[in-house]
Amino acid sequence: MSAEALRLEAVSKSFGGLPAVRGVSLSIADGERRLLLGPNGAGKTTLFNLVTGDLPPDTGSIRLFGREISRMAAHRRVHLGLARTYQVITLFPRKTLAQNLELALLGLSPLRWNPVALPSRRPELRERALAVLERVGLRAAADRRLADTSYGEQRRVEIAMALSQEPRVLLLDEPFAGLSQEERREIQRQLAAIPRQVTVVMIEHDLDVALSFAERITVLHQGQIIVEGSRAEVVADARVQEVYLGA
Amino acid sequence: MIRALPVALSSLLLLAPALSPSDFYVNVATQILIAAIFALSLNLLVGYGGLISLGHAAYLGVSAYLTIWLVTRAGVGHLPAAAAAVVLTTAMSVLFGVLALRATGLGFLMITLALGQILWGLAYRWVSVTGGDNGLSGFDRPRPFGIDLASPRAFYLTTAAVFACAFVLMAVLVRSTFGAGLQGVRDQPRRMQALGWHVWMVRLVAFVAAGFWGAVAGVLYAYYNQFVSPHVLALTSSAEALLMVIAGGAGTLLGPVVGAVVVVMLKNVVSAYVTRWVLLLGLVFVAIVAFMPEGLVPGFDRLRRRRRRRTAGDA
Amino acid sequence: MRFWVIQSLNGLALGGLLFLLSSGFSLIFGLMRVANLSHGAYFMLGAYVGLSVLNAGYGFWTAVAAGAVAIGILGGVIERVLLRRLAGRTFSQVLVTLGIAFIIADSSLLLWSGDPMPLPVPRSLTGAVPVLGVFFPKYRLAVVGISIVTAAALWALLERTRLGAMIRAGVDDMEMARALGIPVPRLFTAVFCLGAALAGMGGVLGGPILSVYPGLDMDMLPLALIVLILGGPGSLAGAFAGSFFIGFLYTFGQALFPQLAYVILFLPMVAALVLRPKGLFGARAA
Repeated sequence: MSAEALRLEAVSKSFGGLPAVRGVSLSIADGERRLLLGPNGAGKTTLFNLVTGDLPPDTGSIRLFGREISRMAAHRRVHLGLARTYQVITLFPRKTLAQNLELALLGLSPLRWNPVALPSRRPELRERALAVLERVGLRAAADRRLADTSYGEQRRVEIAMALSQEPRVLLLDEPFAGLSQEERREIQRQLAAIPRQVTVVMIEHDLDVALSFAERITVLHQGQIIVEGSRAEVVADARVQEVYLGA
Repeated sequence: MIRALPVALSSLLLLAPALSPSDFYVNVATQILIAAIFALSLNLLVGYGGLISLGHAAYLGVSAYLTIWLVTRAGVGHLPAAAAAVVLTTAMSVLFGVLALRATGLGFLMITLALGQILWGLAYRWVSVTGGDNGLSGFDRPRPFGIDLASPRAFYLTTAAVFACAFVLMAVLVRSTFGAGLQGVRDQPRRMQALGWHVWMVRLVAFVAAGFWGAVAGVLYAYYNQFVSPHVLALTSSAEALLMVIAGGAGTLLGPVVGAVVVVMLKNVVSAYVTRWVLLLGLVFVAIVAFMPEGLVPGFDRLRRRRRRRTAGDA
Repeated sequence: MRFWVIQSLNGLALGGLLFLLSSGFSLIFGLMRVANLSHGAYFMLGAYVGLSVLNAGYGFWTAVAAGAVAIGILGGVIERVLLRRLAGRTFSQVLVTLGIAFIIADSSLLLWSGDPMPLPVPRSLTGAVPVLGVFFPKYRLAVVGISIVTAAALWALLERTRLGAMIRAGVDDMEMARALGIPVPRLFTAVFCLGAALAGMGGVLGGPILSVYPGLDMDMLPLALIVLILGGPGSLAGAFAGSFFIGFLYTFGQALFPQLAYVILFLPMVAALVLRPKGLFGARAA
């Protein structure tokens, strides 16, 4: 296995003079489970947006499996095996769950440029959508409109959308946000079932669920990395106690 | 097949005007179908792409000008002239699309408007080519395969055939995998990008498809009127098409067709009594936009659903 | 040489008129995110109002004031009655202004007939003065002067008054402006009135140069659009520079290639669109 899935070198981004990410360098190994920790405004989501291409970095280099992607169009990075979920749900409320999944599947298929291919005549597309919904336990709800599902179910669809793309690197932005205890356990089970070869980077505030998942933890504060290490190292670190846990 | 019935019914409906004894009604029906193709093409952008264009007359107008200019001034045959008009106009829509899609939302609206107005000004002032205010005339309908297109009925049937093709192809497009993506881009562009869709290119393809069908409508317009003047490129012309889309219901297939029926009928009826069409167009525009923004077809659908629910509740 | 001097001065005069038209257009767009497509119609209607006032026997400057006041009030009423009920629905607002443009255009045709009518030059400004060796109409120089004075007054209004500070805050960040307790609805009405009044005034002042005719509205609107695209929304300096640039370009275009003057206008717009990396409205395009 190649050593590195994602490598950031001296990546910076400011908004109108206010620095959001300051010279972040990060190396995440292939197949690793990494947690990004930090108080609100630490620059975690901005860092995700820089990696996905939602935002261009001001300076620095981002490599995905050794390939420089910091200037590459966002949709092309997806084709290299990068997928993400959003903190705020941005799905297609008027479409059914299956149709939501089909849009995700089409995003990587040449079929997306076909102006005469009717989805209804492509049973394999629906099969694949149903198979992914099965993985997150929503197959039975496949034909419900997204707007008619619960928030917890929408969170699972959000993850299913990313999983359906069979990514090599998956970025999860607060997958547990706003969920009940029971729903959290459900998501936890699904994340545990993600194949080992997929690299997962997660932003999460809920330490109980996140710590059980991640092997290594990076703590950001005011746009900079302050600590990086194993669970035990990070939890024991005085600076982390101070800026994050202690506060 | 369940589909056979609606297809048969709509074919009948489409053929019916040809049976009318009055040339006037046959001609009104022809105008409606040309307007409907034009409105459907704009609907690809407005309804399915979420991109409001105020310069769509550019494609109808340039294609009409090209058709007549090529035949009457350059001596090109009818079929190659029509084909060239569609090809060249579609090529222009690629260029305009690249420019207009530097922005979305209001910026897009304003760039399309500015581009459309420039063509309008050009049609007025480039007298040596466009004939200026007088436009281009001296254009006759041909007799392909012994069919005399000068006859209103023959011309209507030709238009109806083109309309049927256009409707079916656009219906397939918006329901296709590409069409699903186009609507996804309309609703959640950032999410679509994160799913691997090339958002800008999806929009450009829709823009060019709209330009292509606008050009087809332009060829029919040229043959129907046998004359073209800067009026066809005016903002009122773009606005009429937009009114058809919005009044009928943007993002529905039948909406623009219903809108075309309403607007063309209104225009013909009103101009028989008063000459104040533009005033009325303005009033209708304000009324529809301010008081019925959803349009006729979605409004009617909702009414029907509500009634059905009520009957279901009673039973 | 003579040709260049005269056309340059003509370009300046047209630029001045364009500034009166597009400064309001740009402020309204920058503040309210409304592309007021009736702005060309306001300009034309202002000219017609001025014409009627002149025909009633009043003086030229009374006509200018009447044009500005009448169109300013009309703008205020339209903002209050129509645009406000559509608050938050940007596209509906823009399309309503388009409908109003048609209503004004056709009503004007009905009221003032279809013939082009020049407004007479005020008596105090008839004749010509020598400029760089050519005789140039006094009136056109006066128009340039008036537009520069107006620009200075607008600048002072924006930079030196409380109202101006509120407008600038609104253009920069509407959410912040609301949070600061700025009375946004009243501000909208004020700016819309001001923009409309400037367009009405420009129409009367333009009357002796451009005449007033059906279609003047649609001749002017794209010029205002292009100025906005070049100058950026809500920027007074951008509107000023853009107006004079387009004034020159259009004047020389018409003099040198009368049939293609409109296409020449197209070139700076294309250049602006292609060269700005983020497209024309930058990050705020959304």
